[in-house]
Amino acid sequence: MSRASKIITYILLLIFTVFFLMPIYVLISTSLKSLQEVGLEKMWFLPLKPSFDGFVKAFQKLSPNLKNSFILVIPATIISAMVGSINGYVLSKIKFRGASFLFTLILFGMFIPYQSVLFPVIRFLQSINLYGSIWGLVVLHVIYGLPITTLIFRNYYAEVPTELIEAAHIDGAGIFKAYWKVLFPISLPGFVVVIIWQFTNIWNEFLFAVTVTSDPTKQPVTVALVNLAGSKVVEWNVQMAGALLTALPTLLVYIILGKYFLKGLLAGSVKG
Amino acid sequence: MVQIKGSTRRKLVGFLILLPTLVSLGVFVYVFIGWTVGVSFSNWNSFSKLIKGEYIFTGLRNYMRLFEDPRFQTDLWNTLFFTLFFIAGCLSLGIILAVLIDKGLKGSRVFQSIFLFPMAISFVVTGTVWSWIFAPGILPKFPQGMNLLFKLMGLQALQWRWYTSTTSILHFNLALIPVIIAAIWQLSGYTMAMYLAGLRGIDQALIEAAKVDGATDRQIFWRIKFPILRPITLSAMIILGHISLKIFDLVYSMTGSGPNNVTDVPAIYMFETTFRANRYATGSAIAIIMLVMVAVVIVPYLVTSIKKEV
Repeated sequence: MSRASKIITYILLLIFTVFFLMPIYVLISTSLKSLQEVGLEKMWFLPLKPSFDGFVKAFQKLSPNLKNSFILVIPATIISAMVGSINGYVLSKIKFRGASFLFTLILFGMFIPYQSVLFPVIRFLQSINLYGSIWGLVVLHVIYGLPITTLIFRNYYAEVPTELIEAAHIDGAGIFKAYWKVLFPISLPGFVVVIIWQFTNIWNEFLFAVTVTSDPTKQPVTVALVNLAGSKVVEWNVQMAGALLTALPTLLVYIILGKYFLKGLLAGSVKG
Repeated sequence: MVQIKGSTRRKLVGFLILLPTLVSLGVFVYVFIGWTVGVSFSNWNSFSKLIKGEYIFTGLRNYMRLFEDPRFQTDLWNTLFFTLFFIAGCLSLGIILAVLIDKGLKGSRVFQSIFLFPMAISFVVTGTVWSWIFAPGILPKFPQGMNLLFKLMGLQALQWRWYTSTTSILHFNLALIPVIIAAIWQLSGYTMAMYLAGLRGIDQALIEAAKVDGATDRQIFWRIKFPILRPITLSAMIILGHISLKIFDLVYSMTGSGPNNVTDVPAIYMFETTFRANRYATGSAIAIIMLVMVAVVIVPYLVTSIKKEV
């Protein structure tokens, strides 16, 4: 590549980088300002005297909700991953008639606007006394997470040679044993992808969270963040610190497990 | 296929394993959608009617009223323009970024990570941050956000009211522009990743052969790479399209419905009618219209991509 085109490429990449990092700059610099320094005319400048007041206040307000989000995300992620894994095994390795039709029916659940089930969902949760609780949200995220976890595992297991499974069957192993002894031990990369996907999506979800939980102490952090912004005096430093705290867990997952995050992202586009 | 002993039994056990998933999704997707359709055909437009549970079938009346409702008409126009510009923006930015990264210059991986990280963040966070960046302030004396940045750079001419603008050109509310920019910021990394996967999947021998034949880089891109990327473009359009048709959290946390509903979308209207005004039947009708719009995009895609695999 010629020198000139290299330079142009770098310049373009840097321009786009500015666009992509601008909100992060605003987030970090604002969250480190004291309330006196947040004033509008100084919005684009770095904090003169960095202060953690914003973070302290945001953490005080959001920590119960951060905890709620973890209580929601961890079981929902694990259960939907486990069920998705065994589903993926059945759909990729046991060919029975109508399997691809059933699979299409399952996948459709991934794309529906949740608005179209929201009213019944709430009535249902009310009837089983889970409305307004984190556990109600766990149920929802497990069920509506099944299409994507099944899809990712189905594609993952499709790469595993069928002979391996058949050999296990010839040795007399049933489905569960074949899954447990042959597939499960080599499933770690699949689980990592699915867990990242579910963790991020459930953590970031808002519609179910805001409609199913109305008690502020029971809401996940995404809802609490929006309510933080709705308060009378807008303390931008607190709000930006809150946004950063809300984003932090998924950002860490992205930074630490970037490669798998990408795989999950691409798996989400059906063809994998 | 060779019939293996016990395979019929395995099919049965396999089906039983799938059964809990099939039943729960059957209820939570298909039965619940049917339930919502039922509510959308009802008179349940107040809490007391719901409690009484007295179901009066009103047919398509809720739908007819919606299509005559100016706010819902605005929603449909907003959805159309939002989808159009959002998809166009993500696709073009995505392919540009992918081509730049694919040149494999030093530091490419770092750039790739920077372009992709917004995907990891909640729409609610995106909305919160961008709502501040695009807050107009009081013009011209007390500009805020971007307007302030323009002032600092001496570009006052570029200042405008962003998402509080009520200007509209051929039904396109300009107030949507900041929301579209935020959405593109969030999701163009996704299209970049899809295009990159496509570009990297291209057989290098093909490129080498073209080079030997004297093809220029430009020819290689337009004649070889670009056609290979076409199915990826289609997938990306469908995925982005279904996201934009049901977009809620970004708009809700960034602008809400805006002055004169300039940034209103069906999801916001649905939320307000159902949960603020208790007009469950109207809310359900909006939800079903959203479902139909998404299904029109998704169902053909699902059916063809599953068929291709089998």
